[in-house]
Amino acid sequence: MEQPQYGFWLPPNISTHGAEIDSLISTLHWFMAILFIGWGIYLIYCLIRFRARPGHEADVSGNTHFLIPKYIEIAIVIFEAGLLIFFAAPIWAKVKKNFPNEAESIVVKVTSEQFAWTIHYPGRDGKFGQLKTELIDGTNPVGLDREDPNGKDDILSPNILNIPVNKPVIVQLTAKDVIHSFSLPVMRVKQDAIPGMTIPLWFQATQTGKFEIACAQLCGVGHTQMRGFFNVMSQEEYDTWFNEEEKSLLGDAESATQPSGENQ
Amino acid sequence: MSNDTHNHSHSHSHGGAHALPFWRKYIFSTDHKTIGLQYGITAIFFLLFGFGLMLLMRWQLAYPKQAIPLIGKLFTEDGVLSPELYNQFGAMHGTIMVFLGVVPLAVGAFGNYLVPLQVGAQDMAFPKLNMLSYWAYFCGGVVMLGSFFSPNGAAASGWTSYPPLAVVADNGQSLWLIGMVFLITSSLLGSVNTIVTAIQLRVKGLSFMRWPIFVWAQVTTAFLLLLAFPPLEAAGVLQLMDRIAGTSFFLPSGLVVSGEALKVSGGGNPILWQHLFWFLAHPEVYVLILPAVGIVGEIIAVNTKKPLYGYKTLVYSLVFLGFMSFIVWAHHMFMTGMGVTMSTFFQATTMIISVPSVIILTTYLLTLWGASITYTVPMLFATAFLPMFAIGGLTGLPLGLTASDIHLHDTYYVIGHFHYVVAPGTLFALMAGVYFWYPKITGRFMSDTLGKIHFWLSVIAINGVFMPMFFMGMAGVSRRLYDQTIYAHGAAAQPLNVIMSVSAWILAVAQLPFLYNMATSWKTGKKVDSNNPWGGTTLEWAASSPPPHENFPTPVEVYRAPYEYSPNKKLLPQFVQEA
Repeated sequence: MEQPQYGFWLPPNISTHGAEIDSLISTLHWFMAILFIGWGIYLIYCLIRFRARPGHEADVSGNTHFLIPKYIEIAIVIFEAGLLIFFAAPIWAKVKKNFPNEAESIVVKVTSEQFAWTIHYPGRDGKFGQLKTELIDGTNPVGLDREDPNGKDDILSPNILNIPVNKPVIVQLTAKDVIHSFSLPVMRVKQDAIPGMTIPLWFQATQTGKFEIACAQLCGVGHTQMRGFFNVMSQEEYDTWFNEEEKSLLGDAESATQPSGENQ
Repeated sequence: MSNDTHNHSHSHSHGGAHALPFWRKYIFSTDHKTIGLQYGITAIFFLLFGFGLMLLMRWQLAYPKQAIPLIGKLFTEDGVLSPELYNQFGAMHGTIMVFLGVVPLAVGAFGNYLVPLQVGAQDMAFPKLNMLSYWAYFCGGVVMLGSFFSPNGAAASGWTSYPPLAVVADNGQSLWLIGMVFLITSSLLGSVNTIVTAIQLRVKGLSFMRWPIFVWAQVTTAFLLLLAFPPLEAAGVLQLMDRIAGTSFFLPSGLVVSGEALKVSGGGNPILWQHLFWFLAHPEVYVLILPAVGIVGEIIAVNTKKPLYGYKTLVYSLVFLGFMSFIVWAHHMFMTGMGVTMSTFFQATTMIISVPSVIILTTYLLTLWGASITYTVPMLFATAFLPMFAIGGLTGLPLGLTASDIHLHDTYYVIGHFHYVVAPGTLFALMAGVYFWYPKITGRFMSDTLGKIHFWLSVIAINGVFMPMFFMGMAGVSRRLYDQTIYAHGAAAQPLNVIMSVSAWILAVAQLPFLYNMATSWKTGKKVDSNNPWGGTTLEWAASSPPPHENFPTPVEVYRAPYEYSPNKKLLPQFVQEA
């Protein structure tokens, strides 16, 4: 696992969709730079050439009409419309709407609270156990019912999201108390976690490593502490971790009866 | 010059006819000029206070968990700004700057003082409402300041006060909501007054298309306040009910806070607040910027000695901008789980609203072509406004498109973006306005030398504060973090925080010559030699300096469009019949 390099510009991108977002961001900034420098040159030229000085008078006729700015304005509108129609809207649809097939993805629930993330894996059966508010305590922050047959093999992982590389991950995001925002800067993922709602999001990592989960929405006095991690592992490492978690939950006897390797 | 017909000896003889006791003349005054000054002085106090909060926060941001030198012990036992105080200061910085600083200065002070003068009126249409508006604002300010002394301090949930956080927060939040109700009431009273005054009390000859651009800006702003504030006032009361009466307008079922199930009926929706809030708070952005656009227009016209380029285009752009500002609000909420249809609509409106903004900027830039530019201090600030506003506007693009917003939303990039609009944008324009109309208000000029020191230090320092924010946002650092060095990507960007903080402190020092200048020029500044020292064309320059009670002892009339200049540097003011 390599350590990501951070600096004063975009962090490295390790997601399948992030490159498109990055290229939109850089296109926009080139566009902005060209406009700003163009305006700036014109402005400075005017400020010098048309300064008040003896023998220089303002042109007060008021009949001057400039066509070039009109064309520039039209070009800006067309450019912006193009960005919206051909880039922003399709990328948004891809990221927020066109979800991968659940059967071929890792599906997890992420529940945020002041000031932690709980990652909830459905276990080998692929079914989440029932959640009951009255069961919530320090060791069971989401109130998972272990009596429920579907909940026996569920894995709860505080603040650490383990995922395999090159496989789609679907996160069902919610919050227990106040609004948080699930931000994975290197994955170009951000989604508000809103109590009372479960909002799905997905991404796919392209390289392994240990990265950070940040909270992007002010959530109280510990907002800055609400840091989690996500480990992108090779499929083998992920299976090993999964099997160990399962073994510690169910004991050797039960997990040994299951075929290892596949986890969904 | 023919505009010298009313000299200031007129005003003194006239003032005697309206002898009022001190408290009626200066405290509970109904004179729009006195109220304007009350607004101005109060607003500047709050701007400095809100700025001061940020100067303290910037210490924590630059040097996390180190004690604030000298004054730190005033706030906490060990002198380190606590996360509780950090959140309070952050929430109150935003609230104070927007609702108690910039809006009261731009609308309450400049609008009040100048709109009646520029339309040739003797006073506002409803002088008593005007007084009530100021005192409602004053009460709101007292409640907001007082909230710092409530048991657990002031509101700490951001100026946006998103529930459920704001509902489960300490009692400072209730005071925040009560304070907001006062402030909104004040703005509503003020906006009705501005609209009626500007439309009904126009002097003969002042058709709408002869309105100075400042009046157009103020009227558009007043409509925004009038139409956008009521939903927030209602929302504020609903949130107060959620906090104190056990309702659940914004609380969903099944909330578990600190491991305890919250005993509320539930069934509400936190997103509803965001819609109601941003339905105000987006037009609010234009409430902040439009008066500034108006001020800059006046100053550019006077200092370039030529008509504003494309006056009609400018007017239509202002009005269109005002209208569009009502249908872009949800671009603040792209990350709340918005689908493709709705996000595409709000992206489209956001791109459309950039068009009139670019047109406004373009008309000002084109006004410079063929001009004869005098670099007075107000003109320096007005000139700096143009590129600063451009940066603020342009950086709205990556935030207004959903796909790029995914990475930049709720990062420092957002803070950089709106501060460029409001700080080196609006605040520079307001400072320009102070230098520009000071001779009208006091009869004396502010010092040119101090003004230039103020300008150059400010323009450099303010870019040092806000430019690094774009890079920090690009690096993905979330906003409102007490200590970003906890994160690896935050720690890497931390040197930028030191640059920003040092720049902010220099910016604070740069305001000292301004404050000193403002305070002393009242008595010692160079006296104006005429009613129209800058060579303006609009009606306020027909009044004496300062204008007497009821402004125009002899009736004025308007004969032509604003900003008409003839060759040979001869003035063609609106109020003079013969050229």
